[in-house]
Amino acid sequence: MTAAPLSTDTAGVLASAVPERFAAELSAALQAGERVRACLETDLDAKLRFAVGLVVVTDRRVLARAPQDASWQSWPLRSGLRLEHLDHAGVGQLELLDDRGRLACWRYTLGRNVAAMELIAAFELCRDGPANGAACREQAAEGVCSKCRTPLTPEGECPACMRGTAAPSTWTLLRLWRFARPYRWRLFAGFALTLASTAATLVPPYLTMPLMDKVLIPFQNGRPIDWPLVRMYLGGLLGAAALAWVLGWLRTYVLARVSERIGRDLRTRTYEHLLGLSLEYFGGKRTGDLMARLGNETDRINIFLSLDLLNFATDVLMIAMTSVILFSINPWLALVTLLPLPIIAWLIHLVRERLRTGFEKIDRVWAEVTNVLADTIPGIRVVKAFAQEKREAARFRDANEHNLAMNDKLNRTWSLFTPTVTLLTEIGLLIVWVFGIWQIARGDSSVGVLTAFLAYIGRFYTRLDSMSRIVSATQRAASSTKRIFDILDHVSSVPEPANPVRLGKVAGRIELQRASFRYGTRAVIRDVDLVIQPGEMIGLVGHSGSGKSTLVNLICRFYDVAEGRVLIDGVDVRSVPVNEFRRHIGLVLQEPFLFFGTIADNIAYGKPEATRAEIIDAARAAHAHEFILRLPHGYDSLVGERGQGLSGGERQRISIARALLIDPRILILDEATSAVDTETENEIQKALDNLVKGRTTIAIAHRLSTLRKADRLVVMDRGRIVEIGSHDRLMAAEGYYYKLFMAQARTAENGDEASPLSEAARPVISETASERS
Amino acid sequence: MMVDSFQLQRDAYGRLVLTTIDGRRHVGVTPVRAFPIAASDEGLSLVSAEGHEVGWVERLSGLPAPIRAMIEEELAAREFIPEIERIVEVSGFVCPSTWKVLTDRGPTELTLKGEEDIHRLGRTRLMVADSHGVHFLVRDVAALDKRSRKLLDRFL
Repeated sequence: MTAAPLSTDTAGVLASAVPERFAAELSAALQAGERVRACLETDLDAKLRFAVGLVVVTDRRVLARAPQDASWQSWPLRSGLRLEHLDHAGVGQLELLDDRGRLACWRYTLGRNVAAMELIAAFELCRDGPANGAACREQAAEGVCSKCRTPLTPEGECPACMRGTAAPSTWTLLRLWRFARPYRWRLFAGFALTLASTAATLVPPYLTMPLMDKVLIPFQNGRPIDWPLVRMYLGGLLGAAALAWVLGWLRTYVLARVSERIGRDLRTRTYEHLLGLSLEYFGGKRTGDLMARLGNETDRINIFLSLDLLNFATDVLMIAMTSVILFSINPWLALVTLLPLPIIAWLIHLVRERLRTGFEKIDRVWAEVTNVLADTIPGIRVVKAFAQEKREAARFRDANEHNLAMNDKLNRTWSLFTPTVTLLTEIGLLIVWVFGIWQIARGDSSVGVLTAFLAYIGRFYTRLDSMSRIVSATQRAASSTKRIFDILDHVSSVPEPANPVRLGKVAGRIELQRASFRYGTRAVIRDVDLVIQPGEMIGLVGHSGSGKSTLVNLICRFYDVAEGRVLIDGVDVRSVPVNEFRRHIGLVLQEPFLFFGTIADNIAYGKPEATRAEIIDAARAAHAHEFILRLPHGYDSLVGERGQGLSGGERQRISIARALLIDPRILILDEATSAVDTETENEIQKALDNLVKGRTTIAIAHRLSTLRKADRLVVMDRGRIVEIGSHDRLMAAEGYYYKLFMAQARTAENGDEASPLSEAARPVISETASERS
Repeated sequence: MMVDSFQLQRDAYGRLVLTTIDGRRHVGVTPVRAFPIAASDEGLSLVSAEGHEVGWVERLSGLPAPIRAMIEEELAAREFIPEIERIVEVSGFVCPSTWKVLTDRGPTELTLKGEEDIHRLGRTRLMVADSHGVHFLVRDVAALDKRSRKLLDRFL
C-alpha cells in the first residue's frame, strides 16, 4: 500500500498516513484547521464484496467514504458516541453507535485490524479531549512496527511484515555464504584444484592431434613410425591421466569435507535457533514439517553444494578451457562446433522443465498416498470397530491409482528424454563431421585436428545433460535455503529485551493490565485485569476454550500479550530476560512429559547441577520417593519418552518433584490432576499441597474439587474474567460459577457422587493408568 | 423448532431480535449455517449472544419471505468465503506467493504462505487460506478456465 503522510500532529499523537488515492478527496472534505488523527482504509463493503472505502477520525469528526459513492458522511464527535469493533472468521467489523442505535458500520479483512485498533484509540482520545494524551503517546512507542506492533529488529525492520511476501530468488543462495565463510581458504584451495584437474583432463585429446598428423597419417603414406616420438606422446597421455586422477581425488575430497561441515553448521545453528523460538511458533507448525526442514532441506543444500554446484563449476570451466583450445587450433571449425551448443542446451532445458514439474507433482501425489496410510494405521481400531476396512482399502487404491496415472503421464515425456539428448548430441557431432570434412577437402584443416575436435566435443555434449540439471537444482536449493532461513530469520515473538531488567529476589506478585491476546484471527483473551498477591493461590475456572490455558501461557511468557501488560513484582515481563524469568516459574502440566533417561535425570531436568540429596528431598516432598524405590533400579531406572512402565499418577509426581526442585516462587498447575483417577488424584493432591505452600499459585482445573484450597477463584468465559471471589461468595452470588458448579454437581450425582467438592469427585478413568504394564 | 414459531426483528443497533413462541426475547442473535459450503440451504441455527442455540431452521427456503430476507442480509454481512472464479496472476510458483484473483466478491489479492494452506474438500473443492486467515473457496476446480487451472495445478 502506498501511503503519503498527510498531517502529522505536533502534539505527538498518532502520525497517520492517508492512502494516496483518497488524499486529495479527503483534504477537500476537511474543514479549515481540522486535523486527521487516524484513518482506516476498509476493503469490504456491507455485502462483504471487495471494495475500498475510508474511515477517518479527525480532532472533531468521524468521516467516512463508502466504497461506491464519492460523497462523505460525517458525525461530529460528542460524548455518548462509541466506536466498537468485533471480528468473525477473518472479517473485522467497526460500528459507530450512540445511545439510540447504530449510526454506521464498516467492514474490513483482518489484515487491517491494527489500523482499526489505532482508529478506535484515536477516536476515544479525541472524543474525551486531549486530557489523557500521555496514554496515547505510550501506544505509539518507538521500536515497534507501525503496521503490526511487533518489536522491530535492530535494523529497524519488522520481522512479521518482512516475512512471507516475496518468493525466494536464486540470490537467496548467496546467504549461505554466512556459513561458508569460516571455510573460505579450503574452498579456495578446492577451486584451484578443480581448475588444475580440469586442465589435466583436457590434455589427452590435445595429444591425439600430433599422434594422428605426425605419426599415423605419415605411416599410411609410407613413412616408418617414429618410435621415440610415439613413446613421448603415449607417456604424455598416461601422465595426464594420472595427474587428472590425483587432482580429481584431492578436489572431491577437500570440497566434500567442506560441504559436509557447512551442512553440519547449518543444522546445528538452525536447531539452536528453533529451540529459542516461542511456543506460538511451534503451535503454528507441524512437527513433521519442522523435522523435514532440519533433515531433508539441509541435506538438499548439502548435495547442491557438494555435487551439483561442483559439477557445474567443473563443466563451465571445461567448456571455457576447451573453447580456448579449439579456437587456438582452428577458429572456423571451433565456431561451427560451438554454435549449436546453446541451442541444444536450451532444448534440453525445456524438456527438463517439463519433467521437473511432473516430478514435483508425483512427489505430492506420493504424499497423498502416504497420508492415507498415516490416517488409517493409527486409527486402525476405529476402522475395524466400524467395519470400514473396505472403504479404507478403496481410499488407498484410489490414491494409488492416481499415482499410477501421474507416473504414466510423466513416463511418456521421460522415456523420450534420454534418446532425445543422444539424438541432439549426434546431430551436433554430425555438423562437426560435415564441416570438418569440407575443410580437410579444401586443405584448411587436418585429420588430426578433426579427431581432436571430435574427442573434445564428445566430452562436453555428454555434460550438457548434467549441466541442464543445474537450473532445477539451483531452484530447489534456493527454496530449501529459504525454508531454512525462514527459521533462522524468525525473530522469537517472545524477544529478549534490549535493556534487560534484573529481577533479583522475586516475591511473586503477578499483575495483568488490560491484557489481550489473539490466536490467528481469533481473540482468545480480551482486556483481562487481574492482580495476584505473593503467596496467594488462584483457581482458574471456566469452560474449555474460555482462555484459561492461554492466560497461563501469557504469565509464563510462552506468548506475549497483543495489548496490555503482564507485570511480575511491578516489572513488565517483557523487560526481564526470558531464561531468568522462567527460573522463577514451576509448571506442572496435565500430560507430564518425561525425557528418555533416568528418573534422577528427569527430576533434575530444570537444575542439572542438583545434588542427589536435593533430588531425593524433592521426590520425598512429591510423594514419589517410595514408589521410585520400588522400581528395580531406584532412581537410576530408565524411563522412556512417555514414561512407559509408570502410571499417570507416578509420572505426574515425578513432574511435581521436578517443579519442587527448582523451588520456584510462582507455580502453575495446568489441569495437573485431571488425567488420573480419583485415588491417584488424592495422592497427587497431597504432593501438590507440599508444592503450593508459600508460593504464588495459579491452578487450572476442570474438576472444581481440586481447587478447594484456592484463596480466590477466577471465573473465565470467552476470554474475559466474569467473576472473582471465594467459593462461598460466588455460590451466594448465584452467577456463572454457581451454574458451573451445579452442572458438575448434577453430573456427580448421576455418578453416585455426593458433591463435586467431596474428595471423590467425578471419576475419570485414566487411559494411561490402565495401560500400565 | 418449527418454521413459523418465532418472530424476528431488527433493532436500532442493527441487531436481530428473536421472539420465540413462548414469548422469550433474545437480543443479538446470529444466524449460522450448519453446512455453509456443502449445503447452504439446509440447516440454519440461530445462536444467542451468549453462544447458545435458540432456534433452528430446517430449510432456509421454507421461511416466510421477510424473515428469510432479514436472515440472508445478516448472513451476507457475516459469512465471508469469497469464491475464486479466476486466477489472474501469481507472483511465483514457490511460496509465499501472491495471487491476483477474481472472486464472486470482486477482484482481490491473496498471499499464500505455503502449499499446505490449500486444503482439499472432497474431489473437486479446494479451500485456500491466505496469510491473514481469510478462506477462499474454489467450488469446482474443473470449472475454472484453463489458465487458472494450470496456475493452480502448480501448487497442488
